[in-house]
Amino acid sequence: MSAVIDHHHADHGHGPAKGLMRWVLTTNHKDIGSMYLWFSFAMFLLGGSMAMIIRAELFQPGLQLVQPEFFNQMTTSHGLIMVFGAVMPAFVGLANWMIPLMIGAPDMALPRMNNFSFWLLPAAFGLLISTLFMEGGGPNFGWTFYAPLSTTYAPPSVTFFIFAIHLAGISSIMGAINIIATILNLRAPGMTLMKMPLFVWTWLITAFLLIAVMPVLAGAVTMMLMDIHFGTSFFNAAGGGDPVMFQHIFWFFGHPEVYIMILPAFGTVSMIIPAFARKPLFGYTSMVYATGAIAFLSFAVWAHHMFTVGIPLTGELFFMYATMLIAVPTGVKVFNWVSTMFRGSLTFEAPMLFSVAFVILFTIGGFSGLMLAMAPADFQYHDTYFVVAHFHYVLVPGAIFGIFASAYYWLPKWTGHMYDEVLAKTHFWMSFIGMNLAFFPMHFVGLAGMPRRIPDYNMMFANFNMVSSIGAFMFGATQLLFLYIVIKCIRGGPKAAAKPWEGAEGLEWTVPSPAPYHTFTTPPEVK
Amino acid sequence: MSEGISTKRLVSRLALLVVGMFGFGFLLVPIYDVMCDAFGINGKTRGTAYEGTVSAIDETRSVRVQFVSTNAEGMNWSFGPAANQLVMHPGETREMIFTAYNPTDKPMVAQAIPSVSPSKAAAYFHKTECFCFTQQVLQPGERVEMPVRFIVDAALPGEVQRLTLAYTLFDVTERMAASLDLASMQHSN
Repeated sequence: MSAVIDHHHADHGHGPAKGLMRWVLTTNHKDIGSMYLWFSFAMFLLGGSMAMIIRAELFQPGLQLVQPEFFNQMTTSHGLIMVFGAVMPAFVGLANWMIPLMIGAPDMALPRMNNFSFWLLPAAFGLLISTLFMEGGGPNFGWTFYAPLSTTYAPPSVTFFIFAIHLAGISSIMGAINIIATILNLRAPGMTLMKMPLFVWTWLITAFLLIAVMPVLAGAVTMMLMDIHFGTSFFNAAGGGDPVMFQHIFWFFGHPEVYIMILPAFGTVSMIIPAFARKPLFGYTSMVYATGAIAFLSFAVWAHHMFTVGIPLTGELFFMYATMLIAVPTGVKVFNWVSTMFRGSLTFEAPMLFSVAFVILFTIGGFSGLMLAMAPADFQYHDTYFVVAHFHYVLVPGAIFGIFASAYYWLPKWTGHMYDEVLAKTHFWMSFIGMNLAFFPMHFVGLAGMPRRIPDYNMMFANFNMVSSIGAFMFGATQLLFLYIVIKCIRGGPKAAAKPWEGAEGLEWTVPSPAPYHTFTTPPEVK
Repeated sequence: MSEGISTKRLVSRLALLVVGMFGFGFLLVPIYDVMCDAFGINGKTRGTAYEGTVSAIDETRSVRVQFVSTNAEGMNWSFGPAANQLVMHPGETREMIFTAYNPTDKPMVAQAIPSVSPSKAAAYFHKTECFCFTQQVLQPGERVEMPVRFIVDAALPGEVQRLTLAYTLFDVTERMAASLDLASMQHSN
């Protein structure tokens, strides 16, 4: 370990280049990781502003602020930006920053491709956002872009949307290839696969999921492009195609995609909980196998998103039971997290608060998922706010709380300063209360039959919707506090030690804080 | 450190996997059709005339066949069956006349897409003649009577006592404009 620190001294003077070109041309995994994280936070605020418009319109029944056409563009863009622009790049950013540090590698395996995969993202989302200002408006067919809504009845800007998805897809595929190559080929001597930190494991599995399904999504949007412009009939019944087939292809991508967004969060939480429980993770091996099992099963459950299209009874039974089977490995994980905390010496700093909330609230989202998995019940829940409540419970306190927990956990390593713990706890409690106020009532209005993606609703849903909107505004405003906390932490604060968390484990804590520009140019020994 | 294969070979294998999965996305299209065909799901009936042998008529039970017609968005023909339903014995051959009328002042091409529900009955519904096997070209103001001749297989599961044949009529004029010279047809009129 001392060899590493010695090396850092020898390395002085090899810092980053100066000026703007540093960021355009950089091949440094820490620079690229930071850019990914800032980009995803910008997209998070943009997608969040769209959610604010949606909730403002739904504050009261009737149409007050926006027209239904614009409301449709907001729901669609909110979903697309949050999925492809906020959550996915945030985890790629964390992977860029932390995986080389965790496995003792000097950088990512393919640094130039790394630069390219980041810079495709601003292009992709510039293209996507520009459609909102075009004649006919931006995408208005829901983030699932079902044909023929997204083909025959789509606004002219749909072609730009298709190319934006292509670019974002190429970016994530290249990012995934890079991560696999780094993990498989650049581990320090002695770092066997079963010694890897869980974040590295979950990302390895996520990267394989990305490689398997992002090309299928690219194929689906290519078929749309051909239907719209080249006279093919993949999804057009008049020419012998079938719009239901679009849903099959989309969800063959879409279901693994939801695990792509949650597995890396499983990984970070599995590292943070042991650190603040001051106990090793309970059941490391079972965690690895459970992650693998979830990824494997994710390919065999896609039709549970489309029980109502008229699939045969045997199909409904198969997809229902396969979906419920996923609860088994997920349950293994939840029990492992709880067992890790059991009789631990717990302290509740911000990363731990977000992680504990993750375990509780993600489990609520998992249970509502089990309710939706029941084919006969799904006919009642389908396309209601119950579905909206379900996937926001797995994505907001799941993926996003996982990202917040990681950010607070590693901010001292990134910036060399401790963040303001009081403000961070305020951020947590405001987010926790705001998010539950926003999404919990959606279960009730959904069960009572309020349909999703509609700008108006029955009078009887008015009170719950007002509560939801107040919670959403609270959650949204609180994220500006997070921005302030991060900026404050970058600019100053108490100096962070190399290992600021007493119970933390891992190679990343053996390098000084802030992590020098180049680390592990000589691989560390792992015992 | 790198106990396995070199980064270059690993990356080219992963790139191959990406290309393969892109191809697999397109392969899902024929797989989907084959699955629907093989299991008779999705209410899809065969696109060609039934040439199988006619089975014995099962006079012990009868099936109610209902007819539904829908115009797809943008289609303004009047289109419908002569009767809403008929009652028949499985194994019998029956016929229903559909009428289509083009009220516009332009020649138009239409394609009817059939669908049978319940979807498990689709495999037992045989059409020996159907206007849906070809496209219909109608001149301005032209009216045409189009027969569909069909057999309900005697092997139809007993619990199916009623089945619905639904046609959706699509306007494919623009799509066919390239291959059919509509302008010359107008002259020959």
